[in-house]
Amino acid sequence: MNKVVYGLILGGILGIFDGLTSWFTPEVRPQLLMIVVGSTIKGIIAGVLIGFFARKVHSLTLGVLFGLGVGLLLAFFIAHMQGKYYFEVMLPGGLVGLIVGYATQKYGNSGLSTPSRS
Amino acid sequence: MSWLSDEAISRLQAASALPDFGGTRYRLVDRVGSGGMGVVYLAEDSILGRRVALKVLDFPDASGELAARLLREAHILARLEHPGIVPVHDAGTLSDGCVFYAMKFVEGRRLDHLDVQKDTLFDRLRIFQRICDTVAFAHARGIIHRDLKPGNVMVGSFGEVLVMDWGVAKILSSAPKSHNQAVPAGNASTSIHSPTAAASETAHGEVLGTVGYMSPEQARGEIASLDTRSDIFSLGAVLQYLLTTLASTPPQPLSAIARKAMQADRESRYASAICLGQDIGSYLDGLPVSAYPENIFRKIARWASRYRVAIVLVLTYLIVRSLLLLWFRR
Repeated sequence: MNKVVYGLILGGILGIFDGLTSWFTPEVRPQLLMIVVGSTIKGIIAGVLIGFFARKVHSLTLGVLFGLGVGLLLAFFIAHMQGKYYFEVMLPGGLVGLIVGYATQKYGNSGLSTPSRS
Repeated sequence: MSWLSDEAISRLQAASALPDFGGTRYRLVDRVGSGGMGVVYLAEDSILGRRVALKVLDFPDASGELAARLLREAHILARLEHPGIVPVHDAGTLSDGCVFYAMKFVEGRRLDHLDVQKDTLFDRLRIFQRICDTVAFAHARGIIHRDLKPGNVMVGSFGEVLVMDWGVAKILSSAPKSHNQAVPAGNASTSIHSPTAAASETAHGEVLGTVGYMSPEQARGEIASLDTRSDIFSLGAVLQYLLTTLASTPPQPLSAIARKAMQADRESRYASAICLGQDIGSYLDGLPVSAYPENIFRKIARWASRYRVAIVLVLTYLIVRSLLLLWFRR
């Protein structure tokens, strides 16, 4: 599996979980579906960007920092649209980016033709 | 008059025991080893300036049967052009009458000299897959090896895997006839002849192979009815060897693959070396293997093992996310 697809899948899965955790905040529960869809799209976008970065730059530190930055930035846009919950949205968003950044540096293929075990 | 020392006499005896390469393009460098059908020497090809391995029949052979068998091995190797089979460069008869053939000199180690700690299960299975590919190629050319064992597999310094010693191989079909023509013997004094029909077939009841690696039908001497499934048994025994020499307990699906390949009833074995190699590939890819039926728990365990990295990452996220939730709700 190449790094972009790897980032996309992992970002999407973590995005779904990220959205689902809003169930624990009673005041946003009615918008749960919208939140899950939004955070999944956010996770996918973050995953693809981080995956592309991992294909070009082979550095665990830079990959993790880039992932953290992308996650925080995308989460900031979401929070900014609501005008509140900056901390509650950005912190998990940054965490998703950080994990995807780490995973795409460690696993997945840089090229499209090389077979992989992972 | 001075007497020769014991050391000088033993040196002379050793030298006289060596085959005479005079008049050929080969210069003897070293004795590499010996097998059931001859001695292998390292030599230098003086024309091409490269090292070659020379397999020389230097046993007494009044009937000429062994010589015919050695030449037959050269013929078989010549018709099997494959990266997993050592290429033959030349064949002929030396001036002292010894029959020989020259092949690529392979530097590496035999499969039975594996490093228990260093060679991981993954490395071993990749090697085994390459052996299966090579044997499948030979089977497709109508040839069965009949003596597959770890001692007959070389792993080169660059990871190349070569199946050696085709001396007791059996030709099932009569494909490429052109290879049975006489082969020029380089600078050797005479050319070689096609192996006779008598020499190319092992008599029914004659047992050739290695105990522990040969199939039950081969051990019973049922030569006429031997087919590719006999080699499948031997491949299973090689896999069994690779698994039992591991530092840890082998995974159950792999033991099941070896058991299926080594079934006493040949109908129950893998249909081909390709199928056997594919099952190994499935195991390596985290997919189900045909020899190992799975219940729901085994399926879950295999799935979890295949996606363990992703599972760990998602679980890490969930744990940290839960901690954050608890912290926000404080």
